[in-house]
Amino acid sequence: MIKVEGLSKTFKVARRSSGFGEAVRSFFSPKFSEVHALRDVSFSIDEGEIVGYIGPNGAGKSTTIKVMSGILVPDKGECSIMGYVPWRDRVKYVKNIGVVFGQRSQLWADVPVMDSFELLRDIYKVQPANYKKSLDLLTETLNLGEILTTPTRQLSLGQRMRCEIAASLIHDPKILFLDEPTIGLDAMSKIAVRNFIKMINKEKKVTVILTTHDMNDIETLANRIIMIGKGQILYDGNLNNLREKFVTHKTVTVDYNENTSPLELDSASLLSWSKDRATYVVDIKKRGVSDIISELSAKLELTDVAVDSEPIEEIIIKLYKEHQV
Amino acid sequence: MKPYLAIFNLRMINGLQYRIAALAGVATQFVWGFMYIMIYEAFYHGFTGTQTISLEQLATYIWLQQAFFFFVLLWLKDNEIFDSITSGSIAYELCRPCGIYGFWFAKLIAHRLSGTLLRCMPILVIGFFLPIPYRLSLPPNFLTFILFLVTLLLGLIVVISLSMIVYVSVFVTMSPIGSFLIFSVVGEFFSGLMMPVPLMPIWLQNIVYILPFRLSGDLPFRVYSGNISTNDAIIGILTQILWIIGLIALGKVLLTKMLKRVVVQGG
Amino acid sequence: MKLYLRYLEILFKSQLQYRASFILMTIGQFFVPLVMFASIYFLFEKFGQIEGWSFFEVALCFSIVHMSFAISVCFMRGFDSFSKLVVNAGFDRLLVRPRNTIVQVLGSNFEFTRLGRLIQSTMVLIWALLNISIEWNAFKVATLIFMLIGGIFIFSGIFILGASLCFFTVQGLELINIFTDGSREISQYPLSIYKDWVKNFFTFIVPLGIINYIPLMYLLGRGPYNDILSMLTPLIGIVFIIPCLYVWKFGVSKYLSAGS
Repeated sequence: MIKVEGLSKTFKVARRSSGFGEAVRSFFSPKFSEVHALRDVSFSIDEGEIVGYIGPNGAGKSTTIKVMSGILVPDKGECSIMGYVPWRDRVKYVKNIGVVFGQRSQLWADVPVMDSFELLRDIYKVQPANYKKSLDLLTETLNLGEILTTPTRQLSLGQRMRCEIAASLIHDPKILFLDEPTIGLDAMSKIAVRNFIKMINKEKKVTVILTTHDMNDIETLANRIIMIGKGQILYDGNLNNLREKFVTHKTVTVDYNENTSPLELDSASLLSWSKDRATYVVDIKKRGVSDIISELSAKLELTDVAVDSEPIEEIIIKLYKEHQV
Repeated sequence: MKPYLAIFNLRMINGLQYRIAALAGVATQFVWGFMYIMIYEAFYHGFTGTQTISLEQLATYIWLQQAFFFFVLLWLKDNEIFDSITSGSIAYELCRPCGIYGFWFAKLIAHRLSGTLLRCMPILVIGFFLPIPYRLSLPPNFLTFILFLVTLLLGLIVVISLSMIVYVSVFVTMSPIGSFLIFSVVGEFFSGLMMPVPLMPIWLQNIVYILPFRLSGDLPFRVYSGNISTNDAIIGILTQILWIIGLIALGKVLLTKMLKRVVVQGG
Repeated sequence: MKLYLRYLEILFKSQLQYRASFILMTIGQFFVPLVMFASIYFLFEKFGQIEGWSFFEVALCFSIVHMSFAISVCFMRGFDSFSKLVVNAGFDRLLVRPRNTIVQVLGSNFEFTRLGRLIQSTMVLIWALLNISIEWNAFKVATLIFMLIGGIFIFSGIFILGASLCFFTVQGLELINIFTDGSREISQYPLSIYKDWVKNFFTFIVPLGIINYIPLMYLLGRGPYNDILSMLTPLIGIVFIIPCLYVWKFGVSKYLSAGS
């Protein structure tokens, strides 16, 4: 469905250090340097996938999204989405996609949301019957009911984001690009947005590509992640595989009835100890977690056990470090 | 004094960043200057009597207007200040260890100064080499030049103390655009930007002389071109100082009043 | 067209949300050309004439130019304020929609408050017409209307050109004022008062002369002018918009390859 091959893009940016003298100097001779936003990026995405596109700020995420949504022409490389070349067939192509830029609104601030929706209906030339069907579905699943008659600027961030997502789905696109859809949202709204994305992917077979910094988004939504750093793809694949590859340690925290001295274990280091609680970091390459727990329960009177895997964030950081991003 | 200097410095650096903008500004000012002089040339061409200002003096007047455009024009607005008032984030500025009046004042001066420093030189230099009647002439003597500099700088302070009152008024209106537009249109007319003050009918000139607007541009430019005598120039300087004292006092009183209201309302 | 009307409806609703500001702006917009016109009035009080043109003749010229400018700026406000759309990346948003960019930019803004300007300049037009003796006939009435139409198109073309500049630099935007406000200021006097190079520029490059000078001479009955030719001259202004649209298209393709 989406095939990207060898994309490269270079930008020119002005450089300037701080200070007054420097400001005057660069006024007369500005310096430019080249930034390789993308270098030889290739991947392909099948219909119905949800792909998490992650990477640190400035890694090239939004450049890729821009190329895929037809608003930026790459220097080199090919891209074919549903048989279109996005930048060449832009007007025809964009009918089939929906784009949500999390930090910018596509709704008109001063009029009720409904009015914005109707305008979008006219922009995308959606048939009245289809419009009613999508609107009903969106209203119901995103719980928009009363919000629709409120001017956008009076909505809370969570309400607004739900409307943004609805707005980009009114024309029933086959592909949905979400650029940081959960940024700044509270826990409840985040969950609502995630559930909706899952639903729309399952029911309507919408292919979803989302960028985010929130790894919970990725964990609940994406079966596949593509990680980019310094314009290059660092990892493309399953989230669990990534874990297996990079998770080397787990932490085990046990509560127990009083014990007077710390207990040392093989292949696990003691992180903290008190007379009723201890935390171990287990090297899972050497010894299984269950083995550790059984040893502990044999030696102590355990009251509670908790096992924590390394948070996905730290795995990502490891990966960035490995590639020196 | 230090925080004021810091904001001044920051604003200057910020202004210097935009060299293409400055170039575009110079070009714009240049075209406008030419256009005005051409129109006045046409007016003078078929006119046989004498006017209170000669075409050569007028050309100088117009080039100075263009070169020091950023000192004179009133619609130059600092959106950050407006936004901080309307959005209520002014409350944060209250946390700073320096007075808001002085802080804004420094910021506005820096804005106008950086804009002018970048633009005035090319216009002045080219103006000096243009053929008569388009030429920007030199001041008749050194004293007038000194008087010009003094009136020009005092004029800048007049403009800023005037606009401070407009900024304060936003606390009441909460929507700057409309009132700002009316203020700048009317003010620029009375400051001689739309038509030179000496060419206005006498009754209108009398109104202009009562108002402070002409002190920013009209006074220094006419001092420079020799259209105003030394004595009148000194009277002009005294008038400027009186207005500055009055306007700053008024602005400070109003601002304190408004800030009290903000604090009471809790921002 | 239907889409454009829908845009207008939304913009009108939005602007009415801020009623006080809306009214103040409309009044302010009334004042802008008023002080300009007052300046011209006072200059004529001092000088009596300008290169053989009387006050009311210049007022006629002024009103036609300002009326077409006001109407044009109402519709073209989206182009006039296009730099904002580029800077806040709102233009990206337009590009991901399956519609022509021009319709969408037109629909992005509409300045209803500029009606204040239109009202003021219409009043000047009426005043001027009441004070000039023109031998009216059907051709001359048509000429007057065509002057307005031609003017609207020329100014619209200038706005599109100005907006296209945003694709090449976001800093040099002040230059646009030379073209928009500058051509308005210059053409509020009959072009014959200027030097030849100005006259030629505004006749052959930006054809404001065809709505300002030539038909004005015809209306005032100065010289032997052919009725039909004179009547149709202002309509050449419509042609001016075509190259402007091409420049716009070129700008968009430049934007697509450079990004923001």
